[in-house]
Parts: sequence; C-alpha cells; structure tokens
Amino acid sequence: MRSSRTGDRGYLEIAHTADWALHVWAPDLKALLITAAEGMYTLLGVVTDPSQPVQQHLALEAIDAESLLVAFLNELVFQLEERWAFWQFDLEVKGTQLEGELTGARVIGQSKEIKAVTYHDLAIQKGERGLEVTVVFDV
Amino acid sequence: MIQLQSFTRISDYEWEIPRTFRQDMRVPVRVFASRRLLENALGDKSIEQAVNAATLPGLVGRVVVMPDVHQGYGFPIGGVAATRYPEGVISPGGIGYDINCGVRLLATTLEVGEAEPYFKDLIRALDEYCPSGVGAEGGMRLSEAELDQACREGARWAQKRGMASEQDLRRTEEGGCLDGADPTKVSKRAKERGRSQLGTLGAGNHFLEVGIVEQVFDAHAAGAMGLLEGCLTLSIHCGSRGFGHQICTDYVQELQGAVNRYGIRLPDRELVCAPLDSPEGQAYLAAMRAAANYAFLNRQLLAHQARLAFEAVLAGKVANWHLHQVYDIAHNIGKIETHEIDGQRVKVCVHRKGATRAFGPGAPGLPEEYARVGQPVLVPGSMGTASWVLVGTEESMMRSFGSSCHGAGRVLSRNAAKRSVRGEQLQRELEADGILLRAGSMAGLAEEAPSAYKDVDEVVETVCGAGIARKVARLRPLLVVKG
Repeated sequence: MRSSRTGDRGYLEIAHTADWALHVWAPDLKALLITAAEGMYTLLGVVTDPSQPVQQHLALEAIDAESLLVAFLNELVFQLEERWAFWQFDLEVKGTQLEGELTGARVIGQSKEIKAVTYHDLAIQKGERGLEVTVVFDV
Repeated sequence: MIQLQSFTRISDYEWEIPRTFRQDMRVPVRVFASRRLLENALGDKSIEQAVNAATLPGLVGRVVVMPDVHQGYGFPIGGVAATRYPEGVISPGGIGYDINCGVRLLATTLEVGEAEPYFKDLIRALDEYCPSGVGAEGGMRLSEAELDQACREGARWAQKRGMASEQDLRRTEEGGCLDGADPTKVSKRAKERGRSQLGTLGAGNHFLEVGIVEQVFDAHAAGAMGLLEGCLTLSIHCGSRGFGHQICTDYVQELQGAVNRYGIRLPDRELVCAPLDSPEGQAYLAAMRAAANYAFLNRQLLAHQARLAFEAVLAGKVANWHLHQVYDIAHNIGKIETHEIDGQRVKVCVHRKGATRAFGPGAPGLPEEYARVGQPVLVPGSMGTASWVLVGTEESMMRSFGSSCHGAGRVLSRNAAKRSVRGEQLQRELEADGILLRAGSMAGLAEEAPSAYKDVDEVVETVCGAGIARKVARLRPLLVVKG
C-alpha cells in the first residue's frame, strides 16, 4: 500500500477489489487537490524527463468541491495520455473555481494506466486532519 | 449491513434481496451464485452496490447480479439493470468507462501439434502487430472527419477498407454497428484521445490469447461455430480505449447537474443518470453508441492485425492458419431491447456492466447459423485458467434480460495479488504449465495473476446450473499477450 505524509497533508492507498482507492487529507481544498494529484501520480508510477519542461495554464469550474476534484484529476489523466505530468501547482482556488499554472515535464515512463476518476462514494468531509476524501479510480 | 440472512434462497444458484430490504429500492436484487460464490461476494461492496443500483428511477423486473460479480464503482461489475424506455433513466456509471469493452473469439482448423514449433515466433508477432500497454498508439491516426465516420459505421468501416469480412460482421453483436451513434455528441477531447488509438489493446486486464479447444460439450453448437477439439483459437479482450473513457467521464460530470434538474435522488453520485427521453439522456445514448462502435471497430482491427501476424508466421508452414470469427460480444454497454416482464413485452434500456448478452435460440438479431443454437457467450478465464464458450438460453431471456456472466471476476485486490506472487515468478509458473506470456509490465502481470480471480469453472457451473447459459466448449490458454 502506497502512502505519503508531508506535514499536515498526505494520502494512503485503500484496498479495492478491482480498482484503486486513495484516501487523501489536507488542511484546505487547494492542498487536497494537489495532494490527490501527487498520490495519483505515485499510483501510476510516473517518471518524467526534467530536460523537457512544460508549463500549462488551467482553469476549471465545477458545481461543487467534489466535482472540482474529479475534473482536476481527470484533466491530469488526459494530460498524462498526452505524455505530460506536473509537479508544481500554482493554483488559486475560489469556491468551486480553480485557475493557475501547472509546471511539469515530458513523461518518459509510466507503469499503470487509469481509465477515469470516479464519483463513487465521493464526499469531501471535514475531519481532524482538515479536509478528507477517498477517491476511487477505474483502472 | 447485507448478510447471507438478508437473502431469500430461490434455488441452489439463485438468491434474492427483496425490495423491502431498503426503503429506497424500487426493485429486488436477484443474484445468480452458488452459496460459496455468494458468501464470496459479501466480502466486498458488490451486493451493496447492486442494492444502490436498485434505486434508479424507471427500473423494471429486478437488478440481476452474475456469479462473477465484484466491487466496482456505482454499479457492481457483473450487474444488469433494465429501465423502461423511454421514461426510465440511462446511467453512464451503469455501463462503465470502458464502453463496449468486450471479447472476440476467432477459431482455426489448425491442430496445436502442427503450430507448436512456431509458438515463440507467433507470440512475438502478435505482440508486434497488436500494440499494447500503457499509452499504446496504433498505426493509423484518423482525421476528425474519418473518426466521425468510423464512429457511425463501427466494424463496417473496416469492411470498406478490406479489413473485415462479411462473416466477421454477421458474427458480431449488432453486426458491429449500433444505430443512432452521433459523433456530434462527443467532446473534442474524446476525439483527440480516440484518433490514434484504434487497433490497440491497451493495458490492465486486456489481452490477446491463443488457446486450444480442449473439450467440446455441445457438438452441434460447436459445429455451428467451427470449434474443433485440439485446434487453435484466438481471443481478443479490449474496448473503446481513451475515446470511451473520455465520453463516460464527460457525461458522468455533465449529468451531475441533470439529476438535480430532474429531481432524482441517488445513494451514490457515480450512479448519476438522466431520463432516456431527456436531451441529456439522448445525448449520452448517442455518444455511448459512438464509443460502442469505436470498440467494435477496434476489436475488428485487432483481429485483422492478428490475422496478419498468423500469416507472417505460419503461411507456407502449416496447411491452414486462417482465423474465422466465432463471435464478438460487448460486456459494458446499454442497449434498447424488448423483454417479457410479468407477462408483458416491454421496451427497455438494458445496462450490462461486466455482463454479457446471452440471447437464446430464436431471439432477434442472431445470425442464421446461431438462430437455433443460441448466441455464443464468451467467458474469458484468467491467463492460467480455462476460458469458456457458452450459448444463451430461453431461460436467460426470461430471467436475466438475456444476459450471463462475462469472466471469472476478481476476488483479490491488485495489491493483494502483487503480495501473493511476483510477475517474474508467475511468468515462470505459467511457462512450466505450457503457457507462453508477453506482458507490458511485470507488476501489472502480478496484479492479473490467476489467483486474483474466482474459479471460472465454478462461475460457469453456476450460470449453467441456473439455466441462463449452456456449455459449448472449454478452451485452454497457450499464448498470452497482456497489455
């Protein structure tokens, strides 16, 4: 089971019969999105080539925080198929809108593939560790 | 909490959760399973997911669960649900992200002994001709106009270009093309993803498998399919690739707002849906059909490429290497069909997610050669285990919306599978059993280990014991290419 904890945020892989699930926690929505992205890249075994950097502008709007999370991660799934991955997220999150710059590089290795990020049992909840959510990926 | 006591036992192979089990259920849940498989299914959230699915507006009859069921997202994998057309709903999550993921079976009259000296060359050629693995792209990159045409025509697109025979199309569910596909309902992003992925297998549990017909149980049906004991077969398992994934993603997102507009309350947001006769429901139906046609075409192109691989290796060396089509079926799809429910003929939208259509003898839409024996049902195993060819029955038409199981069904999580065996060790074990293997990644291979799946023979005994399918032949794997 893969996991990571950095200060007040982190993720932990949860057992799922067929797919993948990731429990993520962070103090606020912006940090939750970024931590979920980092966890997803770890599950996928993404390797990038820093000599081929890329920067992209991203703007998303959703009907609620959960939808914003799904849209953000699905955007990264699409970019991965275009062979780009990101490690720096300069984002501004206002309510259920997101805008900012993503910095990353060309993907040169990836061990797994995600079909989609799902809404299955998806609910961002306030807990002892700030915001917490479990995301299920279709693989 | 759902327990064994929550079920009413109907027979050795059928169990039911009544509609009264939970206040929001609109229909009962009927599970086809032996007691052991049912107990197994209670080990994860599959049955709870089936109960959630039983809350969808417009459901008729019952939600049906197959013995290969396992936990999915929203719907369980191995679930069938039918909603009244046109006022019932359609749910993208009830069909899945890999729209028209399915299986194609081809067969030969080539005896295994004659081909065996060329097995290493054959698996290498199949791997080379049929791109697989993470991020795989095919040899063709279509323009948007060509892709739109391909989505309207499905496997017929390949026939026009000399890559499919009339028999291939005749022996494909719906002739390899669903009417009503509308590429204008597909996002630009989905098209971007779809343009370069035709003719590719993908990763995960998708595979190409050369097998041998080990045992025939129904000589008449096997004869109609051209399945001969001791001869080689080829199975192809894949779907609509990034094109279908993106279409489902787009509509699951878009319909989040629609459920509020239509006042639909759901226990899980992944079950998001819209009335079939609403603009949103019609748009998804048309886009889903485009993805289904893409998948039919994808498997057709892979079959063409596999034939080229067979020719490259075996032409001039064996008497007859020709691969003829047995059948091609979808196991993640939504179809408008007419079924008898409580004595009435009712037009419904059948959601099959990890379930195979299993039409019985005399059902509409079967090619002439299968009209009397029933539709072939293709049940792949799990690399090291058997695969099965079954046929649908009159009983399946009455009791499971003409549906049956789609495979063995997972029982171990991917991490648990990896903990149980390493990819390299598994490859050695399979080779010791006479199964050659090529895989994109050893970790991915371990996740798909046979031990991660239920016993496919037990699944097949269950659907046949319940009467919703009948055995035709058992296939044993010889060469496996995994994405």
